[in-house]
Parts: sequence; structure tokens; C-alpha cells
Amino acid sequence: MSARDLYKELIAGRSAGSQARGRSADISRRTFLSVSASATGGLLLAVSCKGKDPSPGAASPGAAEPAADVRPPPAGAAAELNAWIHIDHADHVTLRIAESEMGQGILTALAMILAEELDADWSKVSAEHAPCDARRYGRQGTGGSSSIRQGWEPMKKAGAAARAMLIAAAAERLGVPASELTTEPCLVVHAASGRKLPYGTLVAAAARLQPPAEPTLKDPTTYRLVGKSIARLDAPAKITGQAVYGLDVRVPGMKFAVVARPPALGSSVASFDAAKALAVPGVEQVVQVPAGVAVIAANTWAALRGRDALTVQWTPGTHPQLSTAGITETLAAALRPSKTAGAAPAIAKAQGKAEATLARSKRRVVATYEAPYLAHATMEPLNCTVHLSDGKCKVWTGTQGPTRAQSTVAEALGLAPENVEIITTFLGGGFGRRSQADFVKEAAQVAKHVAAPVQLVWTREDDLRAGFYRPAAMATIEAALDARGFPSAWVHRIASPSILEQMNGLVDGVDQSSVEGVVNLPYSAPPNGWHGKPANQAFPLLVTWANPKLPLSTWFWRSVGSSQNAWMVECFVDELARAAGQDPLQYRQKMLPDGMRHRRVLDEVARLSGWGKPVAEGHALGVAVHESFGSYVAVVAEVSLAAAAAGAPGAPGAPGAGAPGAPASPASAASAAPASREPRVHKLWCVVDAGRVVNPNTVAAQMESGLIYGLSAALYGKIDVAGGAITTASFAQYPALRLPQCPDIEVVILNSKAEPGGIGEPSTPVVAPAVCNALLALTGQPVRKLPIAPVT
Amino acid sequence: MSIQLTVNGIARTVEAPPEMPLLWVLRDLLGLTGTKYGCGVAQCRACTVHVGGAPVFACQTPISAVGAQPVTTIEGLGAAKLHVLQEAWLAEDVAQCGYCQPGQLMSAAALLAQHPAPTEAQIDEALMGNLCRCGTYPRIRKAIARVAAGGALAPARAQDGAK
Ligand code: FES
Ligand code: FES
Repeated sequence: MSARDLYKELIAGRSAGSQARGRSADISRRTFLSVSASATGGLLLAVSCKGKDPSPGAASPGAAEPAADVRPPPAGAAAELNAWIHIDHADHVTLRIAESEMGQGILTALAMILAEELDADWSKVSAEHAPCDARRYGRQGTGGSSSIRQGWEPMKKAGAAARAMLIAAAAERLGVPASELTTEPCLVVHAASGRKLPYGTLVAAAARLQPPAEPTLKDPTTYRLVGKSIARLDAPAKITGQAVYGLDVRVPGMKFAVVARPPALGSSVASFDAAKALAVPGVEQVVQVPAGVAVIAANTWAALRGRDALTVQWTPGTHPQLSTAGITETLAAALRPSKTAGAAPAIAKAQGKAEATLARSKRRVVATYEAPYLAHATMEPLNCTVHLSDGKCKVWTGTQGPTRAQSTVAEALGLAPENVEIITTFLGGGFGRRSQADFVKEAAQVAKHVAAPVQLVWTREDDLRAGFYRPAAMATIEAALDARGFPSAWVHRIASPSILEQMNGLVDGVDQSSVEGVVNLPYSAPPNGWHGKPANQAFPLLVTWANPKLPLSTWFWRSVGSSQNAWMVECFVDELARAAGQDPLQYRQKMLPDGMRHRRVLDEVARLSGWGKPVAEGHALGVAVHESFGSYVAVVAEVSLAAAAAGAPGAPGAPGAGAPGAPASPASAASAAPASREPRVHKLWCVVDAGRVVNPNTVAAQMESGLIYGLSAALYGKIDVAGGAITTASFAQYPALRLPQCPDIEVVILNSKAEPGGIGEPSTPVVAPAVCNALLALTGQPVRKLPIAPVT
Repeated sequence: MSIQLTVNGIARTVEAPPEMPLLWVLRDLLGLTGTKYGCGVAQCRACTVHVGGAPVFACQTPISAVGAQPVTTIEGLGAAKLHVLQEAWLAEDVAQCGYCQPGQLMSAAALLAQHPAPTEAQIDEALMGNLCRCGTYPRIRKAIARVAAGGALAPARAQDGAK
């Protein structure tokens, strides 16, 4: 089972580990449909799907990979999708799905697939979140870029089945064989007689029929919707302020709560004095909760002021010596040949005799890379609204895991899950963070004390300091090069705190999420001239993983392990190309044989970016390619170096004050040393093979989004620790790309008939190495630590 | 204390301490949740509204500073008919999670009110404070350029022959 399958499982509220490992690989996908009439006499179709994840998976890097390359096939993973479809008398089609809309366009994409096979009129289609109800909707969770991959088949079948039933109902009414009937958007048509029946007139009759087990699917060449760029269904609500996010939930009589949190890692409440907080007008209650001390008030402002006024004595933290430098040291120690301390690193992959080949080799390249802890920093800070009354609980929140949220609340409050209703709002960004349930649990713990609905609000500081983080990572990579400069052995030693361990999710002692992108290294050595073997040869590869103990909580962050591993691997490949005296793009092409999907995107990005042609004075190009979540992405970045200038978000300094009329003034002030220069990313060319694409517009938007998210992290992202406390507490300390720094982005989506791949994450991993490789070309100096430091 | 203000053309009275930021007055007292909280410390501009026609950080504007100046929020921007920028936002399919978009639109609307045909530098200047974690910047730029150029606004739903 790949890391992202585990991820999907975990956020859907299941336990992982042995149970997940034992699942058979060859369960075929099955879609279950059940039909009934709705209360209003419409046609109601319940769809549920169980079965194997359809994607080729992260463990299988390319369609035409060399036969000699032995990688394990992806283990089958049970995946589920649940949806309800309603067609009313006026032909309106409503799709309710158990996936969370966090910006990735999933409501629209799944509705398009359904509408395609149903032959629905797109202007009459709407989509919304399904309430969390495990009995009706099954387990719900969105993550691992899996929604389309898992929804594709069942949505097609559901649409086709509904269409077949409407045709059957029309055949009966018209007294003609079903074979004489066709459909047009929301109409059943009898061409011979020219008669047309709107779907709405057939729904009641269709609701009495049995759905066909294997409905006939459309020939993809006749698609009207799938493959077209269609505007998102949720766009109008989002540009008028009507879209309701978790923080926008308003319930009569509701209260607002913030929690005073421990200043240091491992610290907790020793005592507190609520008097001053309670004296703040609007503050109603001050109570101790497991996370700290909650201040409950009539509005958010009063709660915030109450928290400021509160006096809390905290116990000392558990790691008073820990600092950012100490994190680096801990990672480095975990990579050193084991003296006495700690467990030996686990072997994640051992293909051939890598160490022996390396020891014999005269030509070796070695480099150590380090990536920091990162916060998700969703634009909407975490929050959750809970109303507990009469032994029942209603929860409104933007969550990627409604089922996990439901079981968490049930457990925290000692309720049966069926007495906990989860209402999923729009998510103001997810990026993995909202698949955790910590903030939901906390809201339930606060709600226990409040005789009214209460909204728990995390401030931005809470969000950055009390969070879960993309684990830091360090790796030492060593390769032996043959006479032509291609690898003859690759030894890759990783130290990175585990994510999956907290859910008992290690498989054979390895956290697959820590090693993804490395164990499935796509490269192989090209044949040796005319006398060599005809196909590329896999070279010996050893991948080890050490799990250093650090007190920061870890979690899935957009693209998970690929976010750091692709950076390290792709930067190292450029260092190898340099050692071999070869062009880095051609070097990759030679190590990725024709027909591989990696190769296809790489060739296309070379063409698109004009690789090899002269670039502007002082500019250079860098390239990277990577597969994750079943999609293949290659990026070329055009970068130059310029003196740090005003407006750079990396520059600290307070943004402008906010008196009315003050111009929008972001972080300014060039505070870097005068001699230092910063990278300017001018352009990103991005080519993606995401299999069959449902909505190209959404795919392009997600590619842009993932690139910008990854670029923010590469240029500025890190979580700092001092004296055992997380000190990164604001957007000034955790900057992100702003509009003026945003490069031009050109996205090309390759035509592909392969199963749909993920789109939310796969562009994030490739941008950091592309930019760093451009800097290597510019300066001759590799970038081996993120975020990218100013060049002096 | 009782404070009068005019929001989206409607006179409102709220009971609030004078130092209460406009952001929380709008969101928690008036139920106008289109204006977003992103940081509370003038670093993200998710809270941008217009006071007297100028863009301000609602999180940094005490309600006492508003006085008689009219307040416009995202709910009032295209209340009668979508603002041209909102049309352009649809045409470019800008929004992803959408959380930052009310602030982006309010900043952009203030820019266009001042500079109907803004230069790239003016767009940078006006929008640089508005953070978007989903990375919608390239589309924001295109959408503003579309309006600035007086470009025809293709209805987004009819794109690519969806019908
Ligand atoms: S909430 Fe006002 S600037 Fe961030
Ligand atoms: S659209 Fe999500 S933060 Fe901008």
C-alpha cells in the first residue's frame, strides 16, 4: 500500500498498519447503485463504490519502464466513494458528494463526469457537500489527490445507469423499443417519430425500475463535457462573499472562543487567574481545556481581548534546549553511522549491491540536503463550531475528513457517532492540514462547558505555532558514476521524523511517506554504446530511513514526502550531470527511456521552454521532473539574481498600518545585507500528464496553485524553534509569495488516455528543484538547504 | 456604546466598544461574513473593505475611526449587478478555495476606481498586500487586465462549447 493510499484510509477514519497491509490486490472495483423515489417524487440514486485504487500509483513510475526494473506492484487499496444523485421534475440534477471542496474544484469535476454520462443539461446541474452520515454516505475523506481517481468510474456508471433507466421509462411510455431511443441534454429522443420527453417527466417512472448492473458507457470521443474547460460551479458564491466557510457559520445565540496555548513545546497549564479576562466586556466564561485555557465570549474580538488579559502560569516545556540549529543537528546525528544511540535506520529499498558498487567506484558524488519543517498556513485559520444539546451534537467545520471528525467528536464527548452530525462547509484551503481533527476535538472540549453553540477560532499565531508540520528532512545521497558519467550505484540515506508512526502506519519498519519519490526513482542507466545492452539498466539502489525523535507534530503537507524528496533527488541529478559534464535535461532524457511518461513530459517541457536556446543575460534555466499521485509533471524555471528589493515578502518588517485610507502596503524594507542577491523567478513552464483530464481549466489552475505553493516554501518557508518553543508566529515570519513576485506560468496538459491522476499535489514537488537547478547553473553553487538563502 | 454606521448603503446601529475593529463588527455583530479574517495584524489583507471609497484593513480599523464614511464590503460590491471585476473573475475562473477573494476583489475595485487603466506596476502596488495561499495570482492579473483593457467579458459558463 502506498503512502497516499494509507493517507486516504487514515483521513477516512480507518486505522492503518497490519489491516491495511493484508488487503488483497485484486479486488475489482465495484459500484453499487440503489434507486428510490425522493420525497418530492424525483429520482434518487445512491452510489457507493468499494474496490481498488485505480491509479498506477506512486510505486509504478512509468508505463514503459524497462523490464529489468523490479519494483513491487502497488498493493490494492480499498477506496470508497459515495454520492447521492437527485433528478427532479424540472430536470434539475443535484449531486451530493462526500468529498470536501477546498479549492481543487472537485464538486465541479465529479458533477461533470456524472452529467456527461447522464447526458444532463449542464446549466441545470448543481453540486454540494453531503452531510456526514456514515450509514448513508459511507466514510468520507479528501486527500492524497484521490477524488477524481476514485470517483471517475463510479460517477460514470451512475450517470449511465440513470440515463438507461430514463430511456427504459420512456420506452414504456412511448411503446417503442429502448434501442430506438437516444438522448440529448435532459431529453429522451425518439428520432423516428420526432417525439422528445424531458427527463423530469420520466423520473417518477424511472424510480420504480432496477438499475442496470453494467450500463453502457459513452464512447469518450463523443464527450460533450469531460475534457472541456468549464467554469467552476462554486465560483459565483466565492466572488460575492456568499460562500460559507467554517468561520462564517452563524447560529442564533452562538458564542466565540479562543484558547490560550502553551508557549513552549510540551508545556501545559500550571494555574491561571481568570479575573482580568472576565473583566473584559463580552467575556462570559474562562475554562481550562486540554489544549490550554479557553476564553468564551459574545464575539471574537472580546474573546481575543480576554485572552490577552488572562494570566496563566505554564509548566516548563519538555525541550528547553531545542532550537532550529538543534533540529539540524538531530537530523545529522541520525544520518551518522550508528554509534550507540537510536535504532539503526530501516531499509526502504535494496536493489542490487549499491554499497559494494559504491565502495569499488573511483568516481563518486556525494551531497547532503536539508529541508525544514513547514506549516500549511491555510488562508482560513482553523476553526470549528459545535452545538451540544440533549446528548446530540452538531458540528460545522471545513474538514478534509468528516468521518474522522465525527468519530473524534463522538469520542471526546462520549456520544455515539450517530448522535454527531458533521456539516462540511467550504474549506479556506486544506493542503492536508484539515485532514487532522485536533481543532475539531478542541472545539468539542470547549463546547462541553458552553450551554450554547460555540465557535472555536484559531488565530493566525495559533495556526502557525500550535500546528502540525511537514516534517523536516535531511538526506545524504551518494552515487557512483560510470565512465560515461551515469550512475552505477545510488545510496540514499534519509533522516526524517515519521508521519505515519502516530497512526501505527509503518510498513516493515518504514514510513512510506518519508521515502516516496526515492524508492521509486525513475532513472536507469542508458545502454553503453552500440555494444551495450539494448535497454536501459536499473542501477543498484539502496534507500535507508532513520526516524529521529523531535517534539514537533508531523502531518501530511501538500504532496507529502515528494515535497522534500523530489527536491533532493532532482537537485542531486543536476549535480551528477555537472560532474558528468552533461546538459542536465539531456542527461535526464538519457536516463528515462522513450515511452516513459516522465520522458514525455520532460521532452515537451524542453520544447516549450526553448531549452538550449540562449536566455536573457544573467538568467538561467533549471529543470525537474517527478511523478506523484499518478500524475507526471516536468517544470523548467527561468531565474535570475537581483539585489533584495522592497516588496519582497521574505524581507521582514511590519506591513503598513491600517488606518482608513492607508494604501495596501505589504512587507517592505530591504533588510538583507547589501551585497546579497535573491533569486527572481521569471517564468515557469509546466507540462503535466495527469491521465484523462475531466476539466482542463481546473487542472491548469491546480498546477499553477501547486507551483506557487511550492515556490513559497522554497523561497521563504520554514518553522523556527528557539528555547523549545516555536517562534514562527505570523505571515511576516512565514512569508508566502505575493502577486508582484509571482512568475509567469505556462501550463501544458498532455493528451492521455490513462486513468485520471491526481491534480491537487503533483506540481508542488517539482518547483523547488527547478529553481535550485537554475541557481546552480547561474552560480555554480548547489542549493542544499531550504528555504533558499540569499546568494552573497 | 451605540455606534451608527452605513454599510453597503444601509444605516446600521451597533452596540460595541469604540476600539472594536470594523472586521469583527461586520462579521460578528452584523453577520456580514464575506469580509474575512486571515491574520488580524495587517499582513494578509483578507479583511479589505472600502471606507469612504478607500481600501482599508478592517482588522486594523477601529469602528470609532469610521464615523460617517460609508463602508462597502464584498456583499455590497456587486449587490445590484455583478461588478465588472466579478464578471472578469468568473471569466478567468480565478477563485480556488476562494477565501482570499473578497479581499482581492475589494483591493482591485479600489484600484480601478482610482486608475481605470492601471499599469502593471499599479496592479502590483495595489494587490501586493493581498495574500493568496492557493496561488491565484496569475489569474487575478489576467482578470484585472481584462477589465482594464475593456475586454469583452465572455460568460464563463459558455466556455469551450459546453452546451
Ligand atoms: S486580517 Fe486584516 S490584514 Fe489579515
Ligand atoms: S483562493 Fe484560496 S487563498 Fe486565495
